[in-house]
Amino acid sequence: MNDIIEGFIQAIQLIVTLNPEVMEIAARTLMISLSATLLASLVAIPSGWWIHFHEFTGKRVVINIIQTLYAVPTVLVGLFVYLLISSSGPLGMLGLLFTPAGMIIAQMLLVIPMMIGLVITAFSGVDRTTIDTITSLGATGYQSMVTIIKEVRFAVFAAVILGFGRAISEVGAAMMIGGNIRGYTRVLTTSITLETSMGNLPLSIALGLILLAIALIITVMLNIVQQRSRT
Amino acid sequence: MIEIFGLCRKVGDRVLVNSVTITIPDGTIFGIIGPSGSGKTTLMRMIDLLDRPSRGTITINGTRATGDKKQQLELRRKMGMVFQKPIVLSTTVFENVAYGLRFRGVKGDELKTRVLEAIDLVGMSGYGDRYAPTLSGGEMQRVAIARSMVTHPEVLLLDEPTANLDPASTTKIEELIRTINTRFGTTIIISTHDLDQGQRIAHRIAVVIGGMITQAGTPEEVFHRPMNSEIAKFVGLENIIDGTITKTDEGLVTISTHGKEVEAVSAGELGSQVFISIHPDDITLHSGLATENMSTSARNCIPGTVTVTTLSGPFVLVTLDCGFPLKVIVTRRSVEELGIQPGKEMQACFKASAVHVMKS
Repeated sequence: MNDIIEGFIQAIQLIVTLNPEVMEIAARTLMISLSATLLASLVAIPSGWWIHFHEFTGKRVVINIIQTLYAVPTVLVGLFVYLLISSSGPLGMLGLLFTPAGMIIAQMLLVIPMMIGLVITAFSGVDRTTIDTITSLGATGYQSMVTIIKEVRFAVFAAVILGFGRAISEVGAAMMIGGNIRGYTRVLTTSITLETSMGNLPLSIALGLILLAIALIITVMLNIVQQRSRT
Repeated sequence: MIEIFGLCRKVGDRVLVNSVTITIPDGTIFGIIGPSGSGKTTLMRMIDLLDRPSRGTITINGTRATGDKKQQLELRRKMGMVFQKPIVLSTTVFENVAYGLRFRGVKGDELKTRVLEAIDLVGMSGYGDRYAPTLSGGEMQRVAIARSMVTHPEVLLLDEPTANLDPASTTKIEELIRTINTRFGTTIIISTHDLDQGQRIAHRIAVVIGGMITQAGTPEEVFHRPMNSEIAKFVGLENIIDGTITKTDEGLVTISTHGKEVEAVSAGELGSQVFISIHPDDITLHSGLATENMSTSARNCIPGTVTVTTLSGPFVLVTLDCGFPLKVIVTRRSVEELGIQPGKEMQACFKASAVHVMKS
């Protein structure tokens, strides 16, 4: 019990004193997950728009597949990306394995289905008359898309925040694709896994607290967004 | 000018609009009236090129709509449409009104001036910074009109714009429609199921029943000389009775109806099945069964028994059984003087010119 209390005290010291290693890991984690979320948004929002507003054969099947992929285990995504970018894989020549770029790709693939699904749900809340109104005002296809996204901005933003939450908290893909290389691909989750197994509890707890703080910020932001969307 | 020829829209097995052909001249307020579900909205949506016709053509100011996306956008940008449900986007009134201009690339001072002008036009000056979704239904609908008018459309389509509004808001919107038409010469096409509204504001009216235009003309023509019994029923004419023409004589026809003979000023073929309607205002009631003592120029006097009397404001609506029900409006004084009450035998008299003859 004393070890745990001692661990907490040391952890807070590490955070308060802005321990370079802790800060470096936290910063890298944010950089990788924010990049993955941003790139995933660029794919997911227009894709969600296209799927929702176009009729095509197999639309229901596509939506079902997307919904199934919400819960895809992160290690499976890790395995898939590993096969893709390992030296014998089709994208092996890009040398992405064990790099932050590879981790960004893995996290992107992990969150895209969930973001598309949530974006589709956001668009399905838009009244048909609202869409007709925008069209009748003389909007081009692109103007129409931007206006409707603005109309459901809170729901779309919530999808982005939830995507970020899933990206930053996953460990399987980060470990498999990043390799947890100190000073290069080590992120909060992989670090906690390693340090805990090595018995370095203060560092693990410090990193855990930072992850928890990020989760808290995400929840608070989500609540603010949801409250604003109701007013 | 909008020319619509043979326009149809079919969804699955349902025919929503069937062979509609109309011409809407520039600068007119054109009313499309019909019961709910008759195809008015579908017709309006096709004119605004939101729905694609299954057959037929739409020509807007000489340009025939081809379905090409680019042309569709160009044509649509000459029009504005306001929908039945008041819709505002989740932003300020100013930004709502600005949308159409921003879509057309208008910016800066010109945008600001035109938006403020449009807000002023609908009587909402000072509302620019208000968050539009917090407005009342009537205010939202005025914002919707301003949003359509800000682009100076040649044609303004209003799809049941007052259907969800209270009477005060309806009056404001109707005044606004007249103002827009007279001040800018905008061609306005308004669909409504409110007959009085159609009569009040439209220069010309088309009646849509079952997806087809059953009659088009001035409000006077449509409301007082409906072409058939269905339109007559829809426009609220009373005393619609079926019969057969048994005699024709220089503009005068005799119609046999439920064992009675009615003379009417009308043309018609001998033996043809028709409907007649007589406005309850045009019928007078007389006591007794004998007609000799009556000083009336009416060519028709039909005996009947009073079945119901109902108060109708300062008047009384009397229903007679003449072999068919006949409604008559009389004053309260007449009711007292003539002793009108259920069971009393009376004569219902009306002129031949008061009888409107319609196709069966």
